[in-house]
Amino acid sequence: MLSIDEVKHIALLARIGLKDEEVPTYQKDLSAVLDFFHELEEAKTETIEPIRHITGTQDVMRQDSMDDFGTLGKENIIKNMPDTKDNFLKVRSVF
Amino acid sequence: MIRELHQKLLSQEITAVELAERYLRVIEEKDSEIGAYLTVLRKQALEQAFLVDERIKRGEPIDLLAGIPGAVKDNMALEGVRTTAGSKILDNYIAPYSATVLERLQSVAAVILGKTNMDEFAMGSSTENSAYRPTKNPVDVTRVPGGSSGGSAAAVKAGMAVWSLGSDTGGSIRQPASFCGVVGLKPTYGRVSRFGLLAMASSLDQIGPITTTVEDVAIVFSRIAGHDAHDATTAQSGNGKPFEEYLGGEVKGKIIGVPKEYFSEKLDPRIKKVCDAALERFTSLGMVVKEISLPHSSLALPAYYIIMPCEVSSNLARFDGIKYGLSVNDQKDSSPSMGALLETYLDTRRIGFGAEVKKRIMLGTHALSSGYYDAYYSKAQKVRALIKRDFEEAYRDVDMIFSPTAPEVAFPLGEKTADPLKMYLGDIYTVTANLTGVPAISFPIGTLEEGGKLLPVGGQLMGKWFDEENLLCVADAFEKAGK
Repeated sequence: MLSIDEVKHIALLARIGLKDEEVPTYQKDLSAVLDFFHELEEAKTETIEPIRHITGTQDVMRQDSMDDFGTLGKENIIKNMPDTKDNFLKVRSVF
Repeated sequence: MIRELHQKLLSQEITAVELAERYLRVIEEKDSEIGAYLTVLRKQALEQAFLVDERIKRGEPIDLLAGIPGAVKDNMALEGVRTTAGSKILDNYIAPYSATVLERLQSVAAVILGKTNMDEFAMGSSTENSAYRPTKNPVDVTRVPGGSSGGSAAAVKAGMAVWSLGSDTGGSIRQPASFCGVVGLKPTYGRVSRFGLLAMASSLDQIGPITTTVEDVAIVFSRIAGHDAHDATTAQSGNGKPFEEYLGGEVKGKIIGVPKEYFSEKLDPRIKKVCDAALERFTSLGMVVKEISLPHSSLALPAYYIIMPCEVSSNLARFDGIKYGLSVNDQKDSSPSMGALLETYLDTRRIGFGAEVKKRIMLGTHALSSGYYDAYYSKAQKVRALIKRDFEEAYRDVDMIFSPTAPEVAFPLGEKTADPLKMYLGDIYTVTANLTGVPAISFPIGTLEEGGKLLPVGGQLMGKWFDEENLLCVADAFEKAGK
């Protein structure tokens, strides 16, 4: 079972704000699923390589070029931004 | 059904506009109760249909799917249209570009009626996790349609779309198809482009069609499949021959594997009985049914429920209240203070995401964090390799593998929302196809009676990698033999 502090730590790492009263529910639900994961311990995997890509695709190359969305496309992207100034995305101050 | 409608369009027995209007009318009549659609695109649909009619009048050739009305799950970007993925965090998001699959459908003049309801970011098995409303099963409106593509399956079943697209990460096309009594295909990983699909778990996600017949699935699948430069994981595969043209091929002598692990005494005897009858029908078609073993079957579900949330936590990190979507910041007008950026992240994601999404992001974050990676993610990817090896061994002896799609039929709304782990166990037969990447199709194999209603049971066939041809052929032969 995860502790209350562990759940709060995980939520912070995940950048999810939790209210204090929500923490016990997540503590219970997350712990139940983590317990379920223990079933994997029985599998013998010492000599097994983990899957990297399921159909074995690797090293797919492409031209290092850009697709231009055009003026209209750019406007449509900017319209989705929560906060802008002079067509620039406005970001919260870090400090 | 698509072929018949196509003939009617060509013979001008009906116009594409009339056809679209007919389906829009059914949506108006039924969807307030069913709740399959989040957005209905009346104007665009009628415009597209009008263009098809113009071409028919001019005697120009049209594609089989031209003018045929369908619906797409709301996690696929469609330019200029609200695309929510069933989440409040994207409530105001208007897609600035279209997913490759939708561009391809539009290039053959298919008519898109609207965007369908889903569990938030495709996380769920009942469509009850939608941030907007639950969808109801048209077979019995007191029951769930399955999920996460519940809106897409319900729209087809209720006659509110001829075809639809869903996405499948652990069964999200096949299980709702099973619950609603329709056909759903999860293609081989890499067959269909994921460009423009709002990612859930990128190594597992695939887009596929839901329709009422196997032939219709093949027709839609042919038009969305193929390599796409915008998705590096798509394969150069196939010879360009449309999949529907393979149907009717010889199925005699094909070998169907039945994994003994899938038919343990834990399986509901009523579902087992329906499966036994299905196997008899395969035999009567000249196919050979053979018992096989997939020894690592019991590990598929825990491996899936590690790998999927890990990828979820990474993919959903982009929803941060900065670039697009919901942005919550209560101190907007105050002077910049220490931690203002962090507060935006925390508040936006607390308010914008539903409980199941938050839980999976936290699970994945924990499993990938320092000190746990080897025990969880790396271990699960090794188990995934073992499961894939089971399938490679099995496919030396058999052409495809049969099981029920789900260990249950559609359950009543609200029955499982309190116990998430119970909900996860319903994915037992479907997650392996995503973990191994093989194609899998769900199709109706019978019904069982519950609460005075006949509820559909779905059968699943899993094929070899990139062998949708054989899968569709056998499912089509099965369906036709039942008529």
